[in-house]
Amino acid sequence: MAMAADDIARLIKERFPDAEIQIEDLAGDGDHYAASIVSEAFRGKSRVQQHQMVYDALQGNMGGVLHALALKTAAP
Amino acid sequence: MSEQDVQDWIAKQVANNDVVLFMKGTKQMPQCGFSMQVAQILNHLGVDFKDINVLDDMSVREGVKVFSNWPTVPQLYVKGEFVGGCDIVREMFQAGELQEMLNQKGIANNAQTQTA
Repeated sequence: MAMAADDIARLIKERFPDAEIQIEDLAGDGDHYAASIVSEAFRGKSRVQQHQMVYDALQGNMGGVLHALALKTAAP
Repeated sequence: MSEQDVQDWIAKQVANNDVVLFMKGTKQMPQCGFSMQVAQILNHLGVDFKDINVLDDMSVREGVKVFSNWPTVPQLYVKGEFVGGCDIVREMFQAGELQEMLNQKGIANNAQTQTA
């Protein structure tokens, strides 16, 4: 039940090529991350919509192999 | 319950209660740190809310994720509208937006005097 930070970043980058991504492994266990994502794609979207877009990019891994990913999203 | 029954049941809870928190555990005894944070924020604001423990029923635990197209629990609903999970609720609370939204929707809370 874990996912490498690189894999998370790759999936996000594939969906949001312009994104600035920072991922922090909070507990060092590959299971509790905080991600900060800045992308033009988020402009004009609600927070819920922005997070749904990220979850969608993660292709079902969130809530599955990825247990905890604290998200912070914004437009540049 | 069939999947549709579960969706109907969730819709009814959200429609019949002004503030609903789907969480792991109960507001008295949260079973997950993220659920605890949201319950604490609501308690801090003095908001009366209905807690639904998704650990009691696997069909609700999975059903609520489908209901909102949101992959995780906790999930907060105010006046029938999905507000967000732990990150969003905390961010809104810290920015004062949660209090503002509660006031706008006429939900009693102890931040009323500050923004009224």
